[in-house]
Amino acid sequence: MSMILGVPLAVLSGQLLLGVINGAFYALLSLGLAVIFGLLKIINFAHGAMYMLGAMATVILFDTLGVNYWVALFVAPVLVGCLGMAIEYFLLRRIGGQDHIYSLLLTFGVALMIQGILTNIYGVSGLRYSMPDVFKGGMNLGFMFLPYYRAWVIVMALLVCFGTWFMIEKTKLGAYLRAGTEDSQLLQGFGINVPLLVSLTYGFGVMLAAFAGVLAAPIYSVTPGMGSHILIVVFAVVVIGGMGSIAGAIITGILMGVVEGLTKTFYPQASSAVIFLVMVVVLLIRPSGLFGKEA
Amino acid sequence: MTIMKKLLTSAIASTLMVAGAQADISGDTVKIGYLADMSGTYRDLAGPNGLIALEMAVADFGGTVAGSKIEIVSSDDRNSPDVASATVRRWVENEDVDLVAGLVASSVSIAVSDILEEKDKLGIVSGSAASSITNEHCTPNHIHYVYDTYPLANGTASAVVKEGGKTWFILTADYAFGHALEGDVTRVVEANGGEVIQTLRHPFPTPDFSSFILQAQGSGADVVALANAGADTTNAINTAGEFGLTQSGQTLAALLLFLADVHALGVEAAQGIQLTTGWYWDMNDETRAWSDRFMEKTGVRPTMIHAGVYSSTIQYLNAIKATGSDDAQTVRKQMMATPINDMFTSNGRIREDGRMVHDMYLAEVKTPEESKGEWDLYKILRTIPADEAYRPLSESKCPLVTGK
Repeated sequence: MSMILGVPLAVLSGQLLLGVINGAFYALLSLGLAVIFGLLKIINFAHGAMYMLGAMATVILFDTLGVNYWVALFVAPVLVGCLGMAIEYFLLRRIGGQDHIYSLLLTFGVALMIQGILTNIYGVSGLRYSMPDVFKGGMNLGFMFLPYYRAWVIVMALLVCFGTWFMIEKTKLGAYLRAGTEDSQLLQGFGINVPLLVSLTYGFGVMLAAFAGVLAAPIYSVTPGMGSHILIVVFAVVVIGGMGSIAGAIITGILMGVVEGLTKTFYPQASSAVIFLVMVVVLLIRPSGLFGKEA
Repeated sequence: MTIMKKLLTSAIASTLMVAGAQADISGDTVKIGYLADMSGTYRDLAGPNGLIALEMAVADFGGTVAGSKIEIVSSDDRNSPDVASATVRRWVENEDVDLVAGLVASSVSIAVSDILEEKDKLGIVSGSAASSITNEHCTPNHIHYVYDTYPLANGTASAVVKEGGKTWFILTADYAFGHALEGDVTRVVEANGGEVIQTLRHPFPTPDFSSFILQAQGSGADVVALANAGADTTNAINTAGEFGLTQSGQTLAALLLFLADVHALGVEAAQGIQLTTGWYWDMNDETRAWSDRFMEKTGVRPTMIHAGVYSSTIQYLNAIKATGSDDAQTVRKQMMATPINDMFTSNGRIREDGRMVHDMYLAEVKTPEESKGEWDLYKILRTIPADEAYRPLSESKCPLVTGK
């Protein structure tokens, strides 16, 4: 069998594929962050909490109302999106136009509160959620065993990422959004309801996080703390990609999943640090990120 | 040197105490500080419910001991040795705390025991796993109560090797506890004629285990052992299930699995996993009666740590009652002299290295058919006698034992 740096090629291909799958999660999450920052200039530290809420909602809806996975895939993000819009309307709107640090601190506080309340109610050991029966099992790819669910995750994540990019960059609604960030007063002058647009954008960004949460529910431990760890990683991804760049967030997300996956193969101890290492290097060489516009 | 000095002073102190023969309780209050992870990864193992167990012990004791009232303070250590050290320093220096209880993350316990030794106060470690706490990190100022990595390895690893799991792949959490467990497991596997063919250290915490599980599958080992804890373990078990690890003929061994973890996984996902535990709520009438009281207050069944916090607090208060003193060395000596027979264990005893040795149990998670309720999770396969379970003193590196 051919080897690369002492690792069989088959193992390496498996790790690359897994990296892409994890990267798809990062892409979904960093995409939401990038949309919110790019269009609203809000540094959304509640993003991890929204991801967690998506997963928690999936489990809780199933336990209390018997809502199945397929319905949750739509209902949970919508519910969390509504909560997001409420946060925007009642809280974030009041600090609009202030320095970024205000939105950062406010959303961080909101995230801590949500996480704290849920920890008090549900504990930290995690809630049980079984995988839908259709996804049980997997296929043998020759170099690895690929569970059906992971294949589903990557397909869904990429579809949603592409759809979002298309909507923002190629449609009229996206054009309004981008115009709103350039000059919101002028856009308002054209008869567009800008405050509503802002609420919807925040709600949409948060929905993306919750959607990733629903995708995560069957494979990761669903706990109130699940968002806080991934948030920092995802922020690093956004910084590497360039704050506010939609396509940059998607591509960097997948790229970082692969980098992390390779580190897990060659030097697992460093796998939680490698993304930050990349971030340091990128910031030193290209301060605006790989895909960011020079300020 | 400091230990010798301490032993000497304590010997003198206790002689004086006997001569004085009167209640000698600092500030006329016995103050217990409960320090644990109250909100993070280990919250459900000890956390707020451990504080309730402590309060139950104090209430059962009547709220006073040797004529002095018992007070409880508590704090969240956030799994940080720095936060824990600052809290304990404040407690013993300014707030006259006599006993630090709880103590979950091994790194926290090791940091705190250093301060307790410096200030000559007592600590009872109920939550930590690292066997080094009463080995190279032993002090005359702390007791390790519930379990440690030595019996975990002894119980589970030797059982699995005897069932034919000869080659091992160990997936280790990359910090003090994981390293200790990995070392203990390797020793047990090799002693039983098995071989560890690969160890892999993963960062703590790791949300996604797919990459590591894939490497474990690729290793071709008979047994994939998880030397980690909490969410890391449950995540790894879930992922192993997803990737069909056991279907492909490998055995999964979780070396540290708590009742709360198994409850979170559910019997469907966790069935058949063997584990070693220091206590289980459904063992006999006494354990069930206490667990029922605990559940009334908390809504959940107690883990072995909750039971250990209750039991050790009662032992501590009994020692104060017997000696009339809250001096750390006097109390520790009295506790060492008293066998422990209660809802937690029978014939438990505290050795000079601070290790409380008691029978441990090899358990197996029930199948969905066997489990009759949400908390009906384990069947006990075997009792591991205390002397067989824990590290013998002849292997100890603790200066209190070796005299160096």
